[in-house]
Amino acid sequence: MEIFVQQIINGLTAGSVYALVALGYTMVYGIIQLINFAHGEVVMIGGMVALTVITTLVGMGLPLPPIVLVLAGILAAIPICMALGYLLERAAYRPLRHAPRLAPLITAIGMSMVLQQVALLIWGRDPKAFPQIMENKSFIIAGASITSVQIAIILMSVLIMATLTWFVYRTRFGIAIRATAENVNVAALMGVDANRTIAATFVIGAGLAAVAGVMYGTYYGITHYTMGFMLGLKAFSAAVLGGIGNLAGAMLGGILLGLVEALGAGYIGEFTDLCRWPLVDGLLVERCANGGHVVLFGSNYQDVFAFMVLILVLVFRPSGLLGERVSERA
Amino acid sequence: MSVVLLEARNIGKRFGGVQALKDVSLTIRAQEIYGLIGPNGAGKTTFFNVMTGLYPRDGGEVLFGGVPLELDTPYLVAQAGIARTFQNIRLFGNMTAIENVMVGRHVRTHAGVFGAILRTPGQRAEEAAIRRRAEELLHYVGIPHRANDLARNLSYGDQRRLEIARALATEPQLLALDEPAAGMNATETVALRKLIEGLRADGLTVLLIEHDVKLVMGLCDRVAVLDYGEKIAEDVPGVVQKDPKVIEAYLGAGGD
Amino acid sequence: MSTKKWIGLALVALALLALPLVLTSVGTAWVRITNLAILFIFLALGLNIVVGMAGLLDLGYIAFFAVGAYVYALLASPHFGLHLPFWVILPLGALFAGMAGAILGAPTLRLRGDYLAIVTLGFGEIVRIFLNNLSQPFNITNGPKGITRIDGLNIAGMDFVNTHTLFGIPFTGPAKYYYVLLILLLLVIVVNLRLQKSRIGRAWVAIREDELAAKAAGINTRNMKLLAFAMGATFGGIAGGMFSAMQGFVSPESFILHESILVLAMVVLGGMGNVWGVIAGAMLLSFVPELLRYTVDPVQQMLFGKLLIDPEVLRMLIFGGALVLTMRFRPAGLWPESRHKLEMSENRS
Repeated sequence: MEIFVQQIINGLTAGSVYALVALGYTMVYGIIQLINFAHGEVVMIGGMVALTVITTLVGMGLPLPPIVLVLAGILAAIPICMALGYLLERAAYRPLRHAPRLAPLITAIGMSMVLQQVALLIWGRDPKAFPQIMENKSFIIAGASITSVQIAIILMSVLIMATLTWFVYRTRFGIAIRATAENVNVAALMGVDANRTIAATFVIGAGLAAVAGVMYGTYYGITHYTMGFMLGLKAFSAAVLGGIGNLAGAMLGGILLGLVEALGAGYIGEFTDLCRWPLVDGLLVERCANGGHVVLFGSNYQDVFAFMVLILVLVFRPSGLLGERVSERA
Repeated sequence: MSVVLLEARNIGKRFGGVQALKDVSLTIRAQEIYGLIGPNGAGKTTFFNVMTGLYPRDGGEVLFGGVPLELDTPYLVAQAGIARTFQNIRLFGNMTAIENVMVGRHVRTHAGVFGAILRTPGQRAEEAAIRRRAEELLHYVGIPHRANDLARNLSYGDQRRLEIARALATEPQLLALDEPAAGMNATETVALRKLIEGLRADGLTVLLIEHDVKLVMGLCDRVAVLDYGEKIAEDVPGVVQKDPKVIEAYLGAGGD
Repeated sequence: MSTKKWIGLALVALALLALPLVLTSVGTAWVRITNLAILFIFLALGLNIVVGMAGLLDLGYIAFFAVGAYVYALLASPHFGLHLPFWVILPLGALFAGMAGAILGAPTLRLRGDYLAIVTLGFGEIVRIFLNNLSQPFNITNGPKGITRIDGLNIAGMDFVNTHTLFGIPFTGPAKYYYVLLILLLLVIVVNLRLQKSRIGRAWVAIREDELAAKAAGINTRNMKLLAFAMGATFGGIAGGMFSAMQGFVSPESFILHESILVLAMVVLGGMGNVWGVIAGAMLLSFVPELLRYTVDPVQQMLFGKLLIDPEVLRMLIFGGALVLTMRFRPAGLWPESRHKLEMSENRS
């Protein structure tokens, strides 16, 4: 039971990060039907920038409270990532808006590679420890512990998602975004500047990515130039799970994926322990003796779950939980 | 009276809240030129797309030669003997004209990967036959000189012809043409009309969606009229033309 | 073909045959580099069937390479004490890779192209995770340590380790691999060229150009896509087997995403769908980084007194940049499909 609650808490935390990243994928996809492969790298850059800012501030020895340090990190990461998002759209994707489908996709994968290498040049090849400056108090709930960092991450992402929803559904600009997603040409006729709206979508997504990058760094205590890849893949899976192009879907998908992954990692070892399978036990008498285990798949397969979810969704419900049909238009 | 070739029964199709087709039934007889007309948005192209399996339908079935068509798999529709063209021409732009037609032979030929890699005598013979047939068809539709041009570089009228050649390459019994005269000038339209009449003379059945009422009335043996997704008339052109419901649909007399 | 063409062809053949002997005199390392380059050209041509002809973006191609490599490694190394002959395991590896391709392709090919891209991308990572972790509880892959002492090729009692002297010419191990690779390369070129001008190849290009129209024209798009995907995977598997035999060592580290991107970059830069373009692209991207390795390092040392940009980083930057810039300025590649050339000559006449 404790394991269950603990994994739920861990899953919610990771899921909150996934949800923020997934929003970036889903918004861009919703508006120009592009999988922005480089989005994961934007998250990574966000984490790296925050790390540099925080480390520098700490190094200066100013008597700043930890929360200010983290906020400074986030506030530095957001504009840099936003600029990066804008640059990506402007320089790489916009010129290809009317090109065949493969072209922007290939560009996206190329940009992702370039960004990774640039990050490698700036921040080095080795993983960097994210300064653990936040006081990490633990609270006990139903036998499981939840840390203040986890609480902060969950609350913050809820707040951001609420703000985003308000922005998209209640402001003029949000309406422009939704109109463009519905039909670029019609929106343009109604006076919506499509270029500006699409660029804004990238910028907003990149801003969310920056926050997610800082969260990731704070939570896992580490940043690495390749971290964006898996995170991006998972967040995209989350967006597909929720129904790509759908904001609520991305949030739901992110949280669900976090939970699936955490529970999966928590229990897969137990389920695939051959010593618990009566028949096999007989064959492995020696290795199972004295409470031994023969675990087929341990928690090191955690990264596989997101992918499994992705495949299963695509096979059984390609439109995702909340999405519309995704099949080719006639 | 000749044999029934195609019978559509109660075809229904909805897009979200819009009922694009409502219980449309129609019968096409072998070797007739059958026209499908109606105001813009009446559901003509939707009917085409459902009939050829490109859109999933919400109800109804299509019998072809008495056998139900497998509408969920478009290539089986082509195999059964229905070929079509598209309103907004869909050719394989970066393939040459003759290659486009050769693609149409796919469904009537069999060579596989190993045949192609090993260049077996059977595969070579088939390949030669495909090319010969494609050349014949280009000649038939009147563009043999464009054989080695990229499809996307052809003129509009030639592209329409090429699309027909590609459709004919599948050896259809029924050729469905979606607004073939759209965007054509008078001379081109006359040529097109000759081509369609020639097709019928060669034993083909033609289903024609057309905006050009004059063309339809002059060419078709029978005509069906769609309005708001419903069939409101089906008869010989002379009768349809005088049908008050048809006149109303076209002139919008009953409306506001 | 004219006599002129035959003479040209004979000269090219002669040059290709003599190449390893010349390179050996420069240094065996260059023969190895050439061998790897040929292997990558082979891979690029396999991927060309998938991406270039059928227009399916496969971002996890290296995973099929990995499947072939590990099948070979497991069945011809002391790891399991199995030493099956290469003519059994090379085809077996190809078969496994092809099956993996079909299994992965089946659920995703009916969806839009970009989903295939992301699923293959994920698949590439998953294969690596499995290779890394399948050492517990039963040691199948030996984990990150990889598998060592893999048997090399052995044709008619002639091993590929020692130097053999024939007609007074010494043939080193790498030189012998070179000739085998050359034969395989010739094979894949012939396959590419013949498929391109066949019913199957036309169906693929038709799907790439307009899938819906292809369906309406009577092509079973699902099966055709699956065929392209599985064929590409099969070639990946063959290349993987050769890689194992040549290197004598495999580990999951050889099969990272970057390698998939590299092969993709070769196809894209050269010109999707055009066999000769892909070959040229693959040669360019194989040799340029090697040349850089020998030039950029000394230059940096000379200018700055230290290494500022690792040649490996530079290599990746070149691949990524090649993808972006090609799509932006020459989407059909440096050497586009002959159909395009044909079009230009038509316009002139």
